[in-house]
Amino acid sequence: MNTIAKPIDVSITDVTVSYPNGNVALRDMTFRLEGGSICALVGVNGSGKSTLFKAIMGFVKPTRGGVLIGGLPVQAALKKNLVAYVPQSEEVDWTFPVSVWDVVLMGRYGYMGLLRIPRAEDRRVAEESLTRVDMLEFRDRQIGELSGGQKKRVFLARALAQQSRVILLDEPFTGVDVKTELTIIELLRSLREEGHLMLVSTHNLGSVPEFCDQVVLINRTVLAVGPTEEVFTQENLVQAFGGVLRHFHFDESTVQKHDGKAVTLLTDDERPLVFGKGGHLEYSRREGKESVVERRAEEDDDQ
Amino acid sequence: MIETLLTPLHYDYMLKAIFVSGLIGGVCAFLSCFITLKGWSLMGDALSHSVVPGVAIAYALGWPFAAGAFGTGLLAAVGMAFVKAKTRLREDAVIGIVFTAFFALGLFMISLNPSSVNLRTIVFGNMLGISTPDVWQMVIISAVTLGVLAVKWRDLLLFCFDANQARAMGLNVTGLHYTLLTLLSATAVAALQTVGACLVVAMLVTPGATAYLLTDRFGKMIVIASSLGVGTSLVGAYASYFFDGSTGGCIVTLQTLLFLLAFIFAPKHGIRARRRAAAAAI
Repeated sequence: MNTIAKPIDVSITDVTVSYPNGNVALRDMTFRLEGGSICALVGVNGSGKSTLFKAIMGFVKPTRGGVLIGGLPVQAALKKNLVAYVPQSEEVDWTFPVSVWDVVLMGRYGYMGLLRIPRAEDRRVAEESLTRVDMLEFRDRQIGELSGGQKKRVFLARALAQQSRVILLDEPFTGVDVKTELTIIELLRSLREEGHLMLVSTHNLGSVPEFCDQVVLINRTVLAVGPTEEVFTQENLVQAFGGVLRHFHFDESTVQKHDGKAVTLLTDDERPLVFGKGGHLEYSRREGKESVVERRAEEDDDQ
Repeated sequence: MIETLLTPLHYDYMLKAIFVSGLIGGVCAFLSCFITLKGWSLMGDALSHSVVPGVAIAYALGWPFAAGAFGTGLLAAVGMAFVKAKTRLREDAVIGIVFTAFFALGLFMISLNPSSVNLRTIVFGNMLGISTPDVWQMVIISAVTLGVLAVKWRDLLLFCFDANQARAMGLNVTGLHYTLLTLLSATAVAALQTVGACLVVAMLVTPGATAYLLTDRFGKMIVIASSLGVGTSLVGAYASYFFDGSTGGCIVTLQTLLFLLAFIFAPKHGIRARRRAAAAAI
């Protein structure tokens, strides 16, 4: 009927979610996202990222407010296969006796009949989805026999097979090798070109400016929402993470003038590990490390 | 020799017992694939004990025993869900409390009215004394269960594997949950007469667990489990004639022996294969 591709949108209006024990997980959350975008959902643990996902997928019913997907209420949107979900690896039972191919075909259930017998079209889409994530050669593997990155890509292929306009990804880069991370980002970018809307829950702050054009910053409610360069400011992030965010202030650290600009910074989103000139270890606070500072200064003088 | 081996087949009651055992064994085994993967083994045990008061009531009122059994079985399932939702107790404690309560109530009721129903029949099964109406009840339960599984097995598979995904695709997850629970109660009732309340859980777990060790594909798992279930039940019922022993005991012992074989010798997941793989990795 409506063949003109209208961009898909997710609109969250005044959503409040409270649990029976009285905990309010989300309060008066309002924002709207449109297709053709990769949006990061950023917040500390317990800020309500997963509750928001659950509300968008209809697993929890908002006490107040509502979620509309493409103008439809959640249940109707799910029935029309508008939303796909890529779970965290910890949520999946990897010993389950299913193959890569089985999992991807399950993404087609919504298009199959009562008996869920795959048609030629379903096989074609499943095959295409596996090809897109570069996993076709692994189609007959049991899912537990894959590497962390490959596992992630299988579930991404399932989401592709579902052909949903909205794709929710929960911490897609946890436990994933660099190659897979790049593959995923590349794939998300091409999906953005095709008009999909991706909502990516992540605590991997460093990667957000790399590939997300929008950011929703939350802590039980929306703190900021908009284009990445506007939202991803120090002020906003400090507000979102408070004291939780790890700081490394160079002027308070053991890094000195002789290190110049040659420090090496290693981080896995926790505290950064910093190496100064010549590969020696640096500490974030000078206090208590006076001997280190002195020794380094002497070494410097000797040269 | 052959004459001796064929003797059991000359008796109508033996033929009936062998046929019904094979049927129930197959249905239970089919369902066991879902039960073991969903982690509902304990639930199966609980339901099979919870049907006992229902049997007592049904006999006292002259109803078909399956109706009463099914009723209390589902009541127990609902009771467990209710207690779990309303307290901070862990699920195993809730299951433990509810099913023993039902079982105790059943024992008590039977002891008050010992003439109407034999306790031994319920707890240990009585395949050889099965009446023709009871056979029909089991045939109907099996046919309905197999019918539902044939239509819904792919949905149930996704429900067991990834309930969130099932829900996100708009499948009725609550409906699937209760479908599986109902099938579990129904087969527990059917298997009651074959092996008794105590051993029903073996029929509902062991074939699936054995098949799980032998394959990594769900389709094959169903075929292997069902074959094991039918095979052990036919052979067990037949062999019990010569041992003059309990049919249920015979069937379940056979199933356990096959499980042990798979546990040791399974090509990929057996302990020998695992040890070999671990050695090769070094």
